[in-house]
Amino acid sequence: MGLPLNAVLAQAMLGLNQGAFYALLSLGLAVIFGLLNIINFAHGAFYMLGAFVALIGLTQFGGWIGEPELQINFWAALVLAPLIVGLLGVLIERTMLQRLYKFDHLYGLLLTFGVALVLQGYFTNYYNVNGTPYPGIPASLKGIVNLGFMYFPKYRLFAIAASLVVCFLTWYVIERTKIGAYLRAGTENPNLVQAFGINVPLMITLTYGFGVALAALAGVLAAPIYSVGPLMGANVIITVFAVVVIGGMGSIMGSIVTGLALGMIEGITKVVYPPAANTVIFFVMVIVLLVRPAGLFGREQ
Amino acid sequence: MSSMPDGELLRITDLHAFYGESHILHGIDMTVRRGEVVTLLGRNGSGRTTTLKAIMGLVGKRSGSIMVNGREVMRTATHKIARLGIGYCPEERGIFSSLTVEENLMLPPRIRSGGMSVEEIYEMFPNLYERRKSVGTWLSGGEQQMLALARILRTGANLLLLDEITEGLAPVIVQGLGRAIRLLKDNGYTIVLVEQNFRFAAPLADRHYVMDHGHVAEMIEAADLEANMDKINRYLSV
Repeated sequence: MGLPLNAVLAQAMLGLNQGAFYALLSLGLAVIFGLLNIINFAHGAFYMLGAFVALIGLTQFGGWIGEPELQINFWAALVLAPLIVGLLGVLIERTMLQRLYKFDHLYGLLLTFGVALVLQGYFTNYYNVNGTPYPGIPASLKGIVNLGFMYFPKYRLFAIAASLVVCFLTWYVIERTKIGAYLRAGTENPNLVQAFGINVPLMITLTYGFGVALAALAGVLAAPIYSVGPLMGANVIITVFAVVVIGGMGSIMGSIVTGLALGMIEGITKVVYPPAANTVIFFVMVIVLLVRPAGLFGREQ
Repeated sequence: MSSMPDGELLRITDLHAFYGESHILHGIDMTVRRGEVVTLLGRNGSGRTTTLKAIMGLVGKRSGSIMVNGREVMRTATHKIARLGIGYCPEERGIFSSLTVEENLMLPPRIRSGGMSVEEIYEMFPNLYERRKSVGTWLSGGEQQMLALARILRTGANLLLLDEITEGLAPVIVQGLGRAIRLLKDNGYTIVLVEQNFRFAAPLADRHYVMDHGHVAEMIEAADLEANMDKINRYLSV
């Protein structure tokens, strides 16, 4: 049985798109886990929230404030949604998570799981569970481009590029700058970093806000591709956790590379053996855990 | 630089410290004057390391009073205590494995003026310059200790809390650290030295606090050391 090469390449490109979202999401989870030691179960909910901020800004917000003409467009949402959701993250860290650091990290996991359920439940109450399309793709990103081996939607190409740029910038800041050195050192020994005169509690708050903002950014980028629904986060987060486990908890480059690779593997599986498309990532996870329990890029403890 | 009338840089009164349920320090009193080198001697578990940690606010719970340069710090966050001019070198050295030697050196922010420049530090510890691009924890034990000391000299801290800096190091490196401490003292640093190695500490220090079971058992001036050797040996012997 010969597989049509074009179909494989096309699915690989779509998979790369999905993988770019995995990378953004698992990157945020990795950064948060590294410094806070908390498995942020609310990450999917923040991704969903990012998409909803974009949708509401475009279709509803104007009506709420009595200016039906006002539409917050895609470009504005790309900046505003991460800011708004990131601030919500900061608030949650300051008022709730901060009280739990002295306990086992299971409590942080339970709290964020609860936050996720509350957010999900709230939006399920007011919005179509099956999703609402986001009608705001900017004119400049409509249409398709010829990649040589296939025609590919311009918007998806933009989403891949934008995700990669943000992932790379994040990696650069963490691995190559002074701020990143504080973060890496804080991940290893927060007490000592604080004893050097650095405000570690503030650093933790901002890091959580930043990780959450990355999830919201992924949500805005995903909104025009998938429909915006209360369960979109819950659907993607389990896969993203598998990505994080495969890449290795807390590794920055690991989460980016693994996210992209697994998105592509998932895409290609859709042509090669469609029934396994939804489970292939979990097969990979089982194999990786058996061979390298700390993950592909993780350090053995 | 502000100075208290009596030249006291650190005054600890009735300090108690706890880790969870265990009560480690039982009412410590001690003072350190500006420019002094003071040692905390004692067996393992006598509370010396905990005393340093309590000053930095790194213990679970503490009570009593700790005045740094005339400021009460019992309710002050750790990073603000550091900014009063304290450089802390922990027992486990605390070199970061995800940072290069140079990143480790540059990590602590400058907390006041008057710290050593990077050039001066590399001159004092040439090994660190040669290995500045390596991963911090790839250094030998002695080099890691030099790095742990060097990085707090950059910050302008004038009160150094040094925990067991000679532990497990070769004699030639211990001698080098002794020269470094003397040089720092000549340059006006105030130093609190937790030491197991009495022969290293004796010629450096102005005064010795002997700790036992979470108390200060004795305070001995350098001049009275000879007369008190029996007593010291009794406290330090296992």
